[in-house]
Amino acid sequence: MAHPAWLLNCPVSVSAQSDCVTLAHGEGGRLMRRLLDQIVHPSLGCTLPFADAAILQPAGNRLAFSTDSYVVSPIFFPGGDIGSLAVYGTCNDLAVSGAIPRWLSLSLILEEGLPIAVLEKVLHSIAQTTAECQVQIITGDTKVVPHGEADGIFLNTTGIGELMEPVPPGAESLQEGDVLITSGHIGRHGIAILAAREQLDFHPAPSSDGALLLPAISALRTGIGSEVRAMRDATRGGITAVLHEWAIASQKTLFVDESCIPIDAVTRSACELLGLEPLHLACEGTMLMAVSAQHAEEAVSILRKVEISRHAAIIGRVESRAVTPVIIRRTLGREQSLDEPSGSPLPRIC
Amino acid sequence: MCLGIPGEVTRWIDRDPLLARAEVRFGELSRVCHLACVPEAEIGDYVIVHAGIAISKVNPDEARRLFDELDQFALREELATEIPPAGDIHEIP
Amino acid sequence: MKYLDEYRDRDQAHQWITRIQRLASRRWVLMEVCGGQTHSLLKYGIESALKDDIELVHGPGCPVCVTPIGVLDQAQELARQPDITLCSFGDMLRVPGSTSSLLQTRAQGGTVKMVYSPLEAVSFAEQHPERQVVFFAVGFETTTPATALAVLQAHQLCLKNFSLLVHHVRVQPAMEAIMQLPEVRVQAFLAAGHVCTVMGYDTYASFVEKYQVPVVVTGFEPLDLLAGIHECIRQLESGNAQTSNQYPRSVRLEGNLSARQLIDQVYEVNDQEWRGLGEIPESGYRLRAKWEQFNAGKRFGMMPAKVQNDASLCQAGEVLSGQMRPTECPSFGKACTPETPMGAPMVSSEGACAAYYRYRLPIIT
Repeated sequence: MAHPAWLLNCPVSVSAQSDCVTLAHGEGGRLMRRLLDQIVHPSLGCTLPFADAAILQPAGNRLAFSTDSYVVSPIFFPGGDIGSLAVYGTCNDLAVSGAIPRWLSLSLILEEGLPIAVLEKVLHSIAQTTAECQVQIITGDTKVVPHGEADGIFLNTTGIGELMEPVPPGAESLQEGDVLITSGHIGRHGIAILAAREQLDFHPAPSSDGALLLPAISALRTGIGSEVRAMRDATRGGITAVLHEWAIASQKTLFVDESCIPIDAVTRSACELLGLEPLHLACEGTMLMAVSAQHAEEAVSILRKVEISRHAAIIGRVESRAVTPVIIRRTLGREQSLDEPSGSPLPRIC
Repeated sequence: MCLGIPGEVTRWIDRDPLLARAEVRFGELSRVCHLACVPEAEIGDYVIVHAGIAISKVNPDEARRLFDELDQFALREELATEIPPAGDIHEIP
Repeated sequence: MKYLDEYRDRDQAHQWITRIQRLASRRWVLMEVCGGQTHSLLKYGIESALKDDIELVHGPGCPVCVTPIGVLDQAQELARQPDITLCSFGDMLRVPGSTSSLLQTRAQGGTVKMVYSPLEAVSFAEQHPERQVVFFAVGFETTTPATALAVLQAHQLCLKNFSLLVHHVRVQPAMEAIMQLPEVRVQAFLAAGHVCTVMGYDTYASFVEKYQVPVVVTGFEPLDLLAGIHECIRQLESGNAQTSNQYPRSVRLEGNLSARQLIDQVYEVNDQEWRGLGEIPESGYRLRAKWEQFNAGKRFGMMPAKVQNDASLCQAGEVLSGQMRPTECPSFGKACTPETPMGAPMVSSEGACAAYYRYRLPIIT
């Protein structure tokens, strides 16, 4: 009597040499240790595994503390990837608060099936960006979730930075007459992501502005120090979202002149073609600043000497509270209220 | 409705009537667009693109007309001392 | 950008505004049919610059706004089928049907793909033979050639996995319907420049003859709009209604014959339901019998249900037909905002209500 064909290989599908992340990688055993020791730590350039808790010895300055999660799709896009974004994003949040970023934590949430090669590429990008930003990853965590419960890879970075005096007092301190400055071209990240995600096949492919804002901020601190009232990186919702936040915080009306707002030719063309409002699009290496009126010109000339902010421009001013929180002078010279963006920008046909 | 943006035809890719495609440049950005409705467009012509297809070729002479007209209006308004009175034929009952 | 920037010139715009103000002896009522024009008129502040001289009422020319709830529900139902990818224009994704929008359907697991062009949906179908790809074909005559081309290309490529959910609408029958309303106030029309680019404007001669209203073909940039408005006022002041073309760089009398032929080849005229306005005779297109195999409703045995119109608090019909200004609606800016739209004109940025909310309303916080 013939035996049924015996299954002679091990039924457990997990292989130590898997080229994809599997649930077993998240179970805390040997596979996890291998993933960390052979992939994660070396890719990040760490010689020792992360301790349960990192011990910090601040130099005596006050500290700034910030956290952000990154869920961008696609993971790689012209001008960056989720890894560079996760480092720049948290470092910029610290920098605009007046701090020099020092330490980061890194949490990885990996979707089962994520190719190890993709993970390595993201980790290398993180390593490169942390080196550029001169921050250290000092603690971290890795989890794997079942297929379909995440989109490839999610990241969280939490950052600690040392505050440098003078620390900008923030949007509550905006005064009538203060001048609004943008550090560069707006909307580049939003268009880059949209074009990559929706495969819009633009040439050249619009590229994200993801970058560290610290050099511009340091130059400004050295140059005009306490004349800077507030700084904010214009991420989701673009500069419109920042203007609205500041209008609420300061109880002032913010006025901007559309014709003064710097926008690069590629972003502009894409916005025309898709019917999008560039003022609502995300930036990842561009910030809005409010500076006292007397030092506004000086601020712009300082910023323009720094590579990251070479397109800095005065775009508006702070006014006393009118019926509308944000007013924009459109190209024909008419003044109108500028509404907050609602939802993510969608191309329109009409 | 109907967002349509003018761009310059820079390169033909396919001139098959149904699959006609060309590279069209909008400012600093290029994209392949369908040209089945403007098969006569040549390189250097501007076409108006809606939802990825060209719906017309821009007529450069007519494009200037609007600006010429403004000058003519200026002249006409200076010459004309009277504007015909409004009739009521287009008043809707 | 050539043919764009020069039509946004501030000084020239002011000259046109002055001329219009000088010419208008009374406050005329003009309707811009097209939602794209509504958007420009409000964004550039033309509507407010001329508010003492003309009253602009905003027509039903936003295809996103006039797509009936039953059809939106049908699109969502298709997107929920496991083997179907529903492809749609971006501005359609947020429009609410009877319970949710395509974006919400996607969040709940439906497969919805945003495309810039209908032809991308064809390419997607070609690359994914394992999926059924349905393109949600909405739009006026401007968009119809693109979706017709999609059908012909899919046919040429022998695609068995591509179909359309069609709700195309035609502008002129809607203008007729507006002129036949009992309390119509519209005294002249700015005709939609890109619809006329495809269809031409010779068919407006009989319309002008019948209703004695000027019909001026108008483009979308500020100077185009101002030239169109000026021509309307000129005709109204002289008491002589005509058709006139103020967008000749794109529009020819007979339109674009290649595009019209594409439409003819694939579609035939039918009576169509408009959200907010009801059924209008001969105001839409449906696939010709020859192309029925591309009809998604037939293919998947899913026809649109007749859904009662929007909540009675939404006055979309009055707004879309120019009988009420968005700001006159009791729900405007209160219960009804772009985040919580009660009707379609608040959803799409071309919808008259959303355009007013975004550009016109002082937002008091």
